[in-house]
Amino acid sequence: MHPALSIIVFTTASGLGYGLAAVLGLGLLDPLSWSTKIAHVLALLLIGGGLISSTLHLGNPQRAWRALSQWRTSWLSREGVMALVTFVPLTLNAFSVIFLDRHLIWAGLAGTVLAAVTVYCTAMIYASLKAIDAWHTPLTPASYLLFSGAGGALAASLFAASGTGPWAGLAIAGMLLLVAAWAVKLAWRNRLQRRPRSTPETATGLGAIGKVRLFEPPHINDNYLTSEMGFRIARKHASKLFRIAFAAGLVAPLILAFIALFLPAGGAMVLLALAVLAFGAGVMVERWLFFAEARHAVMNYY
Amino acid sequence: MTSLPSESTPKKLGLVIDLDVCVGCHACVISCKEWNTGGYGAALSDQDPYGGAVSGTFLNRVHSYEVVPEGGEVVGERGEARIVHFPKSCLHCEDAPCVTVCPTGASYKRADDGIVLVEEDMCIGCGLCAWACPYGAREMDLSAGVMKKCTLCIDRIYNETIPEIDRVPSCVRTCPTNARHFGDLADPGSDVSKMVAARGGFDLMPEQGTRPVNKYLPPRPRRNLASSAPVQVEDTSGARGLLAWVDSMLDRI
Ligand code: SF4
Ligand code: SF4
Repeated sequence: MHPALSIIVFTTASGLGYGLAAVLGLGLLDPLSWSTKIAHVLALLLIGGGLISSTLHLGNPQRAWRALSQWRTSWLSREGVMALVTFVPLTLNAFSVIFLDRHLIWAGLAGTVLAAVTVYCTAMIYASLKAIDAWHTPLTPASYLLFSGAGGALAASLFAASGTGPWAGLAIAGMLLLVAAWAVKLAWRNRLQRRPRSTPETATGLGAIGKVRLFEPPHINDNYLTSEMGFRIARKHASKLFRIAFAAGLVAPLILAFIALFLPAGGAMVLLALAVLAFGAGVMVERWLFFAEARHAVMNYY
Repeated sequence: MTSLPSESTPKKLGLVIDLDVCVGCHACVISCKEWNTGGYGAALSDQDPYGGAVSGTFLNRVHSYEVVPEGGEVVGERGEARIVHFPKSCLHCEDAPCVTVCPTGASYKRADDGIVLVEEDMCIGCGLCAWACPYGAREMDLSAGVMKKCTLCIDRIYNETIPEIDRVPSCVRTCPTNARHFGDLADPGSDVSKMVAARGGFDLMPEQGTRPVNKYLPPRPRRNLASSAPVQVEDTSGARGLLAWVDSMLDRI
């Protein structure tokens, strides 16, 4: 699948934003501290920015409101609805924390739950597509949720360290979630080796005669289908990129957060900031590969 | 409404494509583009039409495959490999995954005849339905920003202002070899259903669970010339007179 920058930015930014919002909703950070207020604003910015970026690839964005109507069958519609619903408790709580120095317990918890549901809906857009073997597994929503949670806990530990709060606990939670996320991701990636559901033989129905090979494509040049679905990445590049994602998204934040545990809040802050940045970069590469390595069934015809 | 009709539609209009007959001339591709660029919804645009990177929206495309039997050899014209021309357009699936993923309700399956359509005024051009279709039957029009797909020429098949013979999809009407047939596949007595039954018509990618309405007829087994019955020499022993003389003279030359 073609890795469109707008969608990669959207899933990375909103994933991190919802993760942070979910952890903030638990009310572990001191609402009096400036860093907590900034954290609330940042979470909303990441979510909002991600959503805006996701509308950039639409052919007719002026009709985007229509996408809220088909939540009975469409995960994309559900995601849109949930994203809007989630904004209500998130902005309420953010407003209260920023201007009234008070954390709202119920709005906070509602925000936490709804943020998780929204991330789940995003992941299900991909996981529900049977035509793309790599995505069509419960491991897809599991990894999206875990990555979001890991990023949220790490980011929250940074803001807790810059103010007052149980930052060490949050950092440890982030590290655990990080390991879980990558364990799921490795299992997800192993699935790519499996025999694909469809082959050129089943796609053409000519398997009974023999082995099918494309002799002449319908057109000499690329078309919408081949440029959208036919992205090919060399195996050696994919494995190199995966190692980069693994190093930046797991190894680096893990080591940095671990060292931070033994430092005073000031030093821990710097290391945790670096950990969050490395994590963000690693997840961007991971998301790029999520698309680039996924093979669409239509390519059996090309 | 992106929920699929709850019961099987009373009619299942669709195509039957005969892979034994198609010669890969692409006439259906062109007639489809010609009809549909001026018909239902936005025109089928081309990008960079006179440049090197020309591309465009098509609702029907013809691929050509080489099929090599197991242990077969490809030796020029005389090998066991064979070429199969393969036209492909929307199969108007009964369990159409392209419909249920649509967030806006632009995509729908008609409850009476099973045709899958896009209501373009509602389409936001998100492209998700094209991802959901395993067959590559949906293409985004890059100029209009809306999704295009085969309508089964809905503006021909029910059109009482054109002669009855033309009330079939443009591709079917055009095909010079009669490789494409249109009809109701829910009716076991229809010509298309009989054809499917007689020739062992099959579904594309049944493992995707889409239950396509369109069927494909397999290429007939290949026979070589030597194994077919020799051409009978006509018996002329009954000829008399002048005809007998002409017959014997012609035999001699
Ligand atoms: S062929 Fe593709 S576009 Fe047509 S109904 Fe089936 S899934 Fe939908
Ligand atoms: S591109 Fe249009 S028809 Fe397709 S899923 Fe999106 S809104 Fe629906």
